[in-house]
Amino acid sequence: MILFVLAVFMFVFATSCGPASSANAASDSTTAYIENKGSDTIVNLALAWAEKYQEEHPNVRISVTGGGSGTGIASLINGTVDIANASRQIKQEEIDQAKSNGVDPVEHVIARDAIAVIVNPENPVSQLTLKQISDIYSGRINNWMEVGGEDRPIVRLSRETNSGTHVYFLETVLRLNNKEDKTLFSMDTLLLPSSEGIIAEVRQNPNAIGYDGLGYVPDDLKMIAIATEAGGAYVLPSIATVNDKSYPIARDLYMYTNGEPEGLLKEYLDWILSTEAQQIVADLGFVPVN
Amino acid sequence: MEKSLNWREFIITRLIKASGYSAIIFVALIFVFLLREGLPTLGEVELKSLLSIRWYPIEDYFGILPLITGSLIVTLGAALIAVPFGIGTAVYISEIAPRWMREILKPLVELLGGLPSVVLGFLGILVLSPYIRILLDLPTGLTALTGSLLLGGIAVPTVVSVAEDALDAVPRAYREGAWALGATRWQTIWRVTLPAARSGVLTAVMLGVGRAIGETMTVMMVTGNAPVLALKLGSLFSPVRTMTATIAAEMGEVANGSTHYHVLFFIGMVLFLISLGVNIAASSVVFRAKKRAERILS
Repeated sequence: MILFVLAVFMFVFATSCGPASSANAASDSTTAYIENKGSDTIVNLALAWAEKYQEEHPNVRISVTGGGSGTGIASLINGTVDIANASRQIKQEEIDQAKSNGVDPVEHVIARDAIAVIVNPENPVSQLTLKQISDIYSGRINNWMEVGGEDRPIVRLSRETNSGTHVYFLETVLRLNNKEDKTLFSMDTLLLPSSEGIIAEVRQNPNAIGYDGLGYVPDDLKMIAIATEAGGAYVLPSIATVNDKSYPIARDLYMYTNGEPEGLLKEYLDWILSTEAQQIVADLGFVPVN
Repeated sequence: MEKSLNWREFIITRLIKASGYSAIIFVALIFVFLLREGLPTLGEVELKSLLSIRWYPIEDYFGILPLITGSLIVTLGAALIAVPFGIGTAVYISEIAPRWMREILKPLVELLGGLPSVVLGFLGILVLSPYIRILLDLPTGLTALTGSLLLGGIAVPTVVSVAEDALDAVPRAYREGAWALGATRWQTIWRVTLPAARSGVLTAVMLGVGRAIGETMTVMMVTGNAPVLALKLGSLFSPVRTMTATIAAEMGEVANGSTHYHVLFFIGMVLFLISLGVNIAASSVVFRAKKRAERILS
């Protein structure tokens, strides 16, 4: 019976995974459309902005789709979208490609994404280098004693592999931004399906280490100060240290437009940098840019 | 008058027949669908890497062995809890408890069966897993054992409800016969009532195990989901990743038609086959037992 339900569920899922029809064509000629596509990291934020903005401006229709930063930028180059969302900077070859297509990509930093490494408040360890965190997660360090803590086993917690945060953590921390590095998470890393799962486990387990978007970390957990290199300054994550780029596990999130935005597009992008829109950034666990 | 009755009869029998066949057709269709989406895996992933011990789909490591062993160990643990507790409770409700207590207990147990599994998952994360970590001095409380305990709890009501019905259906004359021969209450239960209700009790166990192996939400929340090969008994005390949790966690983000997508359906297929195997094995046991009983009686 359960299997049957599961199978039906999978069937429904599979059929609903097809391309979404973009059939919200209001025939009203005064309605303006903005096509917005790209990074899956940003897609929820972009959706929240779009919803809020459409509430206030009923004559504007914004369609938001994910697909990844590369997809978004490719669509901008092909001229099929007005705004491309990207969680990385545009590459030189993409700029060249755009230029040859008569497209001039202009960059807008719209939010920042920082990841805090968290431990139980009982854990005496309060600072680590990036290399140490990498060694912990790849399984080379297995006891808190090795990084100056108590004699306790380390329980590694991570988000599921489908989470953008997981991939970003893998590339930036485990592989230390080295594209050639093929280090993987240690096999016994616990993959939890939600931020709440990680937070609940870190809260009650002094052996645990976890990571999460800076905005999601509650006050009763301990954030680790991180140094880029051994001997460097240890920096705690905060809106200030993320914005002055001294905290190492953080990145800018971008929107790209074709040329300097004008008219409606400019209004929308200006609104995105407003206090109201940046509050949504904070609500979703990202770091506001100002 | 008679003619219209015949007509009605005709339609009703056809309807009943159709709904009977539809159950078979649905299962067959689902299996065909699973095959269609899952079998391409064999062309896309080498058998050797499919049977490896590393599951990390975003870098194309598709070893499903940790997931299969994970599901099996959690289910085995759950069965070890649900079967004795479930049958024991069923025996108590049906054979020992006074009438008034039976009328309270049975609906209560069935109410327990209606508890949403996500609620149990929350209880598992917030209460059970910290307790298990401290009690057994483990690195973490998110283990196969935690999953087994909760799944056992989920399966118990199913086992109790079906087994109690089966015990209840045993004619009173059987028990009276046993008592007349001087059998004690325990001897009557163990030697007469339970064997007579054997096929129903076995069905109860099967349904309970089926409920446990197919359960998703609870295990996803409490077993830690680390894809580690679980072959030793000690694996019960470490995190595991089950097949159902893998499908549920990853299906939402996977690109339609990709290798990862096909592998997830392949896992669904394996799950289906395991559950089918359990069912066939159990019903063949029931069938054989029945034949023997018939032989003795005739």
